[in-house]
Amino acid sequence: MTRYILKRLGISVIILLFVVFIIYVLMRCLPASYVENMALQLSQAPGAKPYEEWVRQLNAQYGLDVGIVQGYFIQLKNLVTLNFGDSWKFTVPVLEKFSEVIWVSVAMGAIALALELIIAIPLGILAATRQYSLTDYAVTTGALVGISLPTFFFATLLKLVFSVKLGWFDLYGLVGRNHLSLDPWGKFWDIAAHLVLPIITLVVVSVGSLMRYTRTNMLEVLNADYIRTARAKGLPERRVVYSHAFRNTLIPLVTLIGGSLPSLFAGALITETLFAIPGIGYTSYQAMIAGDIPFSMFYLTFLAALTLLGNLLSDIAYSLVDPRVRVGT
Amino acid sequence: MKKQPTQSLANLTARRFFRNRLAVFGLGILLFMFLFSFLGGAVSPYSQDQVFYRDEQQVKELAGVTRNESYRFAAENSSAFTTVVQALFARYLGKQDSFTHENKTYEIRLEGQNLYGLYTQGKLVGIAFLDILSPSGSFGFTYAALKAYCNSRPDFLYDGKTYALDPQGSIYSEDEEVGFISRLIIRGAQGQTELPQWFRPAVTEAITQGNTTFQGPDGQQLSLFYNAAGRLWSVRQVSLTRVWDSYASPSQKHLLGTDKNGMDMLTRLMYGGRVSLVIGFLVVLISSFLGVIFGGIAGYFGSYIDNLIMRLVDIFYCVPSTPLLIILGAVMDGMRIDPKLRMVGLMLILGFLGWPGIARLVRGQILSLREQEFMTAAEALGLKTSRRIFRHLLPNVIPQLIVNCTMSLGSTILTEATLSFLGLGVKFPFASWGNIINDAANAHVLTSYWFVWIPAGVCLVMSVLGFNFLGDGLRDAFDPKMRR
Repeated sequence: MTRYILKRLGISVIILLFVVFIIYVLMRCLPASYVENMALQLSQAPGAKPYEEWVRQLNAQYGLDVGIVQGYFIQLKNLVTLNFGDSWKFTVPVLEKFSEVIWVSVAMGAIALALELIIAIPLGILAATRQYSLTDYAVTTGALVGISLPTFFFATLLKLVFSVKLGWFDLYGLVGRNHLSLDPWGKFWDIAAHLVLPIITLVVVSVGSLMRYTRTNMLEVLNADYIRTARAKGLPERRVVYSHAFRNTLIPLVTLIGGSLPSLFAGALITETLFAIPGIGYTSYQAMIAGDIPFSMFYLTFLAALTLLGNLLSDIAYSLVDPRVRVGT
Repeated sequence: MKKQPTQSLANLTARRFFRNRLAVFGLGILLFMFLFSFLGGAVSPYSQDQVFYRDEQQVKELAGVTRNESYRFAAENSSAFTTVVQALFARYLGKQDSFTHENKTYEIRLEGQNLYGLYTQGKLVGIAFLDILSPSGSFGFTYAALKAYCNSRPDFLYDGKTYALDPQGSIYSEDEEVGFISRLIIRGAQGQTELPQWFRPAVTEAITQGNTTFQGPDGQQLSLFYNAAGRLWSVRQVSLTRVWDSYASPSQKHLLGTDKNGMDMLTRLMYGGRVSLVIGFLVVLISSFLGVIFGGIAGYFGSYIDNLIMRLVDIFYCVPSTPLLIILGAVMDGMRIDPKLRMVGLMLILGFLGWPGIARLVRGQILSLREQEFMTAAEALGLKTSRRIFRHLLPNVIPQLIVNCTMSLGSTILTEATLSFLGLGVKFPFASWGNIINDAANAHVLTSYWFVWIPAGVCLVMSVLGFNFLGDGLRDAFDPKMRR
């Protein structure tokens, strides 16, 4: 098992090296005007160095004054030493900004994921056990509608109904106007109220695929031979479904959830941007729009690493949960 | 027992498909959307960037008018008519016939309605009046004119000339208007310091006759508004200005109103549908082309080629697509790329980002099909490699591919809409459902003009839903194990 994990880890690292190379080449191909703009701004500060010197320094700082291949290795060195440089947009070290905003995203993602599981698993199982019934149709249709909803349109509708018409929540932001004057509990509730709409958006938009996944897997399990055996031996239907079938449905589910844990750290780029929630997604959006190369570079690399980690985790979870799978022993 | 006619595979598939109500519903939605977008654009009387105008009444404040309620004074020569004398004059006028100041006796005489003269030793030193002569003239002229006006005489003599006076207060010299007497004080509004000659008589006439509107000599529509608290009339000019007919409510002419730029919403919705659907199709076409080729090669040849391609797929799978698209969109913004070129760029990028998924699917399918008996048979028959791939292998991959493509059409349209919504995808003047909804980012539009963004959102959701229903139905229909 350890050998298997190590081998997968090694492959992941190699893939990551290539992904970083692609991202780096893309960043290098972007028009250089960002650095020049930056240098122009910096050189206009009182008592600053002249423009040319800033250009040279910035180019050197981000390894832009060398060839792409050499620059890539410099970038790799920085990556290994976790030196991501300073964000241009936020003018603080990238990692500092990251650690400041990441937890909002994680909290939001975790709550949304928990809600999705609570909603999707029972409904998916219900739909599968009553295949082709009205319930099944309702669940399937609901799931497809959820998948088909564009995040931005749904969020805008929610804003119209709950923020504008009913006035229950604010349109944007994580904290209200009077946040600083509230006591600790008040602050907590203030933030919680601001997270309601984003979390609803996240849940509605992504609960559908989880529901369908549960349903499909449950159907597969229900068609398996051992379920027929369980029925043949006269077990009550409840026991067949909730004891025998459900446990086996959990295998793909655990795999899926294990694989999606790292993506909690990726933030919800679109949703956070729509609601101006200062999480990693919105922060990165601002950085990317502003052409903040250090932060964008970091975020893209981080996302790639998360995807790889997710794949690895789901494979490990699969081999741990499913007794039929034995790898690398 | 009735004999069942044998049916071809395609026939069975079609039957299974049409028995699925959701799938047929999805197909119906899509048909409607295609007709709406492609035929609708041709049928619509407007083009997608035709701007409509409306005439808007613009009210310009021209002048404020008050009625003079306090006496004004004029003097023959100011040395005799000192401020103290003036003050005493003002104090006693209308109440006393005379007063004494510095050993001089002053006599106040009523010279006409609201016109007093101040005499000392039988000589006129000053006058007090309510009606105002404009433009102001010499003392002698003012006195003569006011005296005539306040006594309602039709003419007066001054400096050897005869002036005619009409009841409204206009003074004529040889049929030419030289002055005007009125109780009203007219002050030009801000930025309107010089009032034309005709203005005073016209306003006075309107006010004395109690009219609320009147016309200028060039046919301008002017209106009077009386502010009772300030005892002030304001004169406003109402002029028509042509402006973009933006955010017009739905009407017979514009069934869904107009957008920010005064363009017909329904027409833009149709053209937006074209853009969204065409981009969706081309993107899926590009990615499935690349995906089938790479996946096919990897699956069929196996060994190190398979390994190489699949690692490539792994790498591309890890490149985060949404952030990448946002960065590229921002860069294209920065480079001010032509909107048309931009659309092509967007398609190519989206198409290129989609191929790893399809390559994986095709490879997996081919790997399992390759081991089946019919492929061994094809090999044993000595068929050419190309024939084995294209006639025997690929047709069996196609059902899965179609399902996948249908589903990814929906998600591609969503991605494009999201980018356009963020202002990083399809740009004005081209319409796309996403950039139409973008208007709702403005809170005012969000709350007041539902017809600008809700229809586009509904079209978007319906189309994506249509593709998903269709894909789902096709998946079930292609699966021979499904018995329904």
